[in-house]
Amino acid sequence: MIREFGLSEALAILSGVQSTILLSLIAFAGGGVVGLAIALMRTSERAWLRRCAGFYIDFFQGTPLLMQLFLVFYGLPVLGYKVNPWVAVTIGFTLHASAFLGEVWRGSIQAVPRGQSEAAYALGLSYVSRMRNVVLPQAMRISVAPTVGFMVQLIKGTSLAAIIGFVELSRAAQIIASATYKPLLAYGCAAIVYFLLCFPLSRLSMRLEKRFAVKS
Amino acid sequence: MSDQQLRADNSTHPPIVDISGVQKWFGTFQVLKDIALTVARGERIVICGPSGSGKSTLIRCINSLERYQEGRLVVDGYDLGAGQKNIDAVRAEVGMVFQQFNLFPHLTVKENCMLAPMKVRGTSKRDAQELAMRFLTRVRIGDQAEKYPAQLSGGQQQRVAIARALCMTPKLMLFDEPTSALDPEMVKEVLDTMVSLADEGMTMLCVTHEMGFARKVADRVIFMDRGEIIEIGKPEPFFANPQNPRTQAFLGQLLH
Repeated sequence: MIREFGLSEALAILSGVQSTILLSLIAFAGGGVVGLAIALMRTSERAWLRRCAGFYIDFFQGTPLLMQLFLVFYGLPVLGYKVNPWVAVTIGFTLHASAFLGEVWRGSIQAVPRGQSEAAYALGLSYVSRMRNVVLPQAMRISVAPTVGFMVQLIKGTSLAAIIGFVELSRAAQIIASATYKPLLAYGCAAIVYFLLCFPLSRLSMRLEKRFAVKS
Repeated sequence: MSDQQLRADNSTHPPIVDISGVQKWFGTFQVLKDIALTVARGERIVICGPSGSGKSTLIRCINSLERYQEGRLVVDGYDLGAGQKNIDAVRAEVGMVFQQFNLFPHLTVKENCMLAPMKVRGTSKRDAQELAMRFLTRVRIGDQAEKYPAQLSGGQQQRVAIARALCMTPKLMLFDEPTSALDPEMVKEVLDTMVSLADEGMTMLCVTHEMGFARKVADRVIFMDRGEIIEIGKPEPFFANPQNPRTQAFLGQLLH
């Protein structure tokens, strides 16, 4: 029987947004924390740290997110670790997002003029304080646009979590589309919701850039 | 106690900087050749020389912004060849002023001055604020404390940079061509600040082309060329009667 596309169908699609938002937040948090560590390793004075981070970035940038999720969810059990889907997406998205954010932030850290670090050294500031109080605040300003750009990509990328069983926005739309035979309507609804999630982020990015420009 | 007496007293102390046999290469190019120099506490030294002569590299070695490959460099009793711990200790005691100011653009003028006392010395926020205002007022820029560096002129920025270094109450100040990036009309305000610092007995090592400044405040003038110290002398004989032909040639070019 073919279902009609009515309010309850629209709501069913909308209910997928919860998972999409949750998955996005997990990816931002995991990617942000680990990404910062990767960026700091990549700009370290120690060659072996730089090399480790470089390898990490190359590997996770060079393989598709879909494959990474797949390997974590189906691969870890083979090694004897049973993982629930939430753990799997957390690991998968963290690896993926941290590699990209790590590289974006590495570039931003290196874009801060060398004289800033030299002034910090000359004042006797420690590594932590040089990074936290001098270099990172300036790198952050430089990285606003590419970081938000990647976050928007990531929100849309959460649809890949469907392959390990998550019913998020895209998957919900797919289910409704095949039940109602109204793919255009179903995917159209999902697209609007994605847009509503991503658009404010892009606006926020512009606002932040403008504010930083005025301040310095 | 007069200035002269102060320095005489200090002469019984070990030198603030003691350099012997320092050599440095960038790849196969030797930038510092067998440098030997002793700086007494309270002494004001001006280093001049053509570009590429190694004068900036030399003072950047003194607070370890550059490493050297051979020789011995002791600052305030700390041997810089003996590990990171000494380097951190030396940097906290040695102030540096750069050609490009290098103020932190995301912090206000006052915050620029407060950062190192708070983070390195553990000074409380209120004390750091007081310290910052004291030195900003001293370089006559107290009324700009809440502005960001980009809102100030070059000369003002450089004076903030001097105040920022002074907030760490350094035992030695290094100046790396502090007026070279300034518009001509702003050179004087920065030099005046440096002169008043010298008058108060600060130990200073200045790389500069401002020969008027050298005549006025230097105890000794050093001429460097191609990585070597060619000539060291008191300002009057140094300018009136330079001994080495390379010094003569260099000073001749400056005067014309």
